[in-house]
Amino acid sequence: MYTSADLRKGLKVIIDGEPYIVTFFDFAKPGKGQALYRTKLRNMITGLTLDRTYRAGETFEPASLEERIMQYLYKEDQLYHFMDNQTYEQITITEEALGDAKNYLTENLNVKILMFGDKAIGVELPNFVNLRVVQTDHWVKGDTSGSDSKPATLETGYVLRVPPFVEEGELITVDTRTGDYSTRVKG
Amino acid sequence: MEKNWSFARRENALRLRAGLIQAMRQFFITRDYLEVETPHRIPAPAPESHIDAIASGEWFLHTSPELCMKRLLAAGYKRIFQLCRCWREGERGRLHVPEFTLLEWYRSGCDYRALMDECEELILAAAHTLGACERLPFRNHEIDLKGPWERIAVEEAFHRYAAVSMEEALEKDLFDEVMVREIEPRLGIEKPTFAFDYPRERGALARLKEDHPDLAERFELYIGGMEIANAFSELIDPAEQRRRFEFEGARRRSLGKPVYPLPERFLAELEAMPPSAGIALGVDRLVMVFVNASTIDEVVAFTPEEL
Repeated sequence: MYTSADLRKGLKVIIDGEPYIVTFFDFAKPGKGQALYRTKLRNMITGLTLDRTYRAGETFEPASLEERIMQYLYKEDQLYHFMDNQTYEQITITEEALGDAKNYLTENLNVKILMFGDKAIGVELPNFVNLRVVQTDHWVKGDTSGSDSKPATLETGYVLRVPPFVEEGELITVDTRTGDYSTRVKG
Repeated sequence: MEKNWSFARRENALRLRAGLIQAMRQFFITRDYLEVETPHRIPAPAPESHIDAIASGEWFLHTSPELCMKRLLAAGYKRIFQLCRCWREGERGRLHVPEFTLLEWYRSGCDYRALMDECEELILAAAHTLGACERLPFRNHEIDLKGPWERIAVEEAFHRYAAVSMEEALEKDLFDEVMVREIEPRLGIEKPTFAFDYPRERGALARLKEDHPDLAERFELYIGGMEIANAFSELIDPAEQRRRFEFEGARRRSLGKPVYPLPERFLAELEAMPPSAGIALGVDRLVMVFVNASTIDEVVAFTPEEL
């Protein structure tokens, strides 16, 4: 069992018999009042989102989903195609169900596919993935604008803030839990 | 190993933070306040239902310096301030780290309204010293710092912003939820806002209003929807304070939380405390306002996860 204190982005719980994933989490505490745990939860089957506020000490049943290792193949329209490396069975997942995970999928990447019965409802990524920077402005040495970061576009189309010294074409490590730049990969 | 960018990029925020602390010290020194340092490790934190202390051996890390500072007031100190670290168990989120920095100041011979004025003057003086604009960009708003700031009774804030009245929210035990979801996000958007006169059970150490004993003389300052400071006219009746502490202790017990020993020395000396008012201001959050940060992580040198 989880309690309110375990709530965080990415946690999967059962509500009314269906699996939900926490897509937004914040801890709030109005002055002298009690701790409140604000969440947005996405139903992993229907995609519908709930906006719920919990108090301390509430309990949640973990959604224990079957996992299958599959390889990401390609995207067509709004569907992402994956293949089971053992059985060669192919499945698709909608862009909506993937959520932020779509920012980190590169061809041939092995990921854990989460199954609810025989329906694929999401993917579980490694905490860190390496992605190539395909576009970012060159940083002029001695730039005194005081800017401590700049936008960069990755090979998946994902845009994030990186340190000024990161150059186009470099490989960087991204933390998939936060979506933030972590470090450069020395090649 | 590459230099740690998440520390390096906070340099601007940490510089502003240092400047803010200097400016606040200067403000109090010129107003004849005495800076004090009271112990961080204490035997008995104030028993409040929803503030949990972190144990340190047999004692506790203080959750605020309130009790020790009030004992100094009772001993005759008239104007005192303190900048210190405080600890609260289980508080971590976009606006919370379990170890944070509070500024507290206490003044005898005044009530909470005088502290609203002084709080406004402090932040304006600090903004001036830091060279901040009078219209501060913060969280997609532009906050006009020019005084006088907005003052709104909590009851009126419910009337204006919430679907239920304050009485209904209290009856249905939804006061905190309505505050967090409907009211707080709307406070301090155009100008900083003081919300004042809270229900009595939300101020275990606050004096009640003479003409309205179900309300406590307490206010909170909000900037950009974020709580910055909490203040009240101090309760100085030892018998009433003991009853309130016992009530809070019983509530803690019924919530299954540890119950702290009563702060007996504080209660004994409260008798001698003159009418006073005190205020606690979250320094980390005020830094957030000045650097337009969206999380507290951006304005502290280290978050607990980085240790």
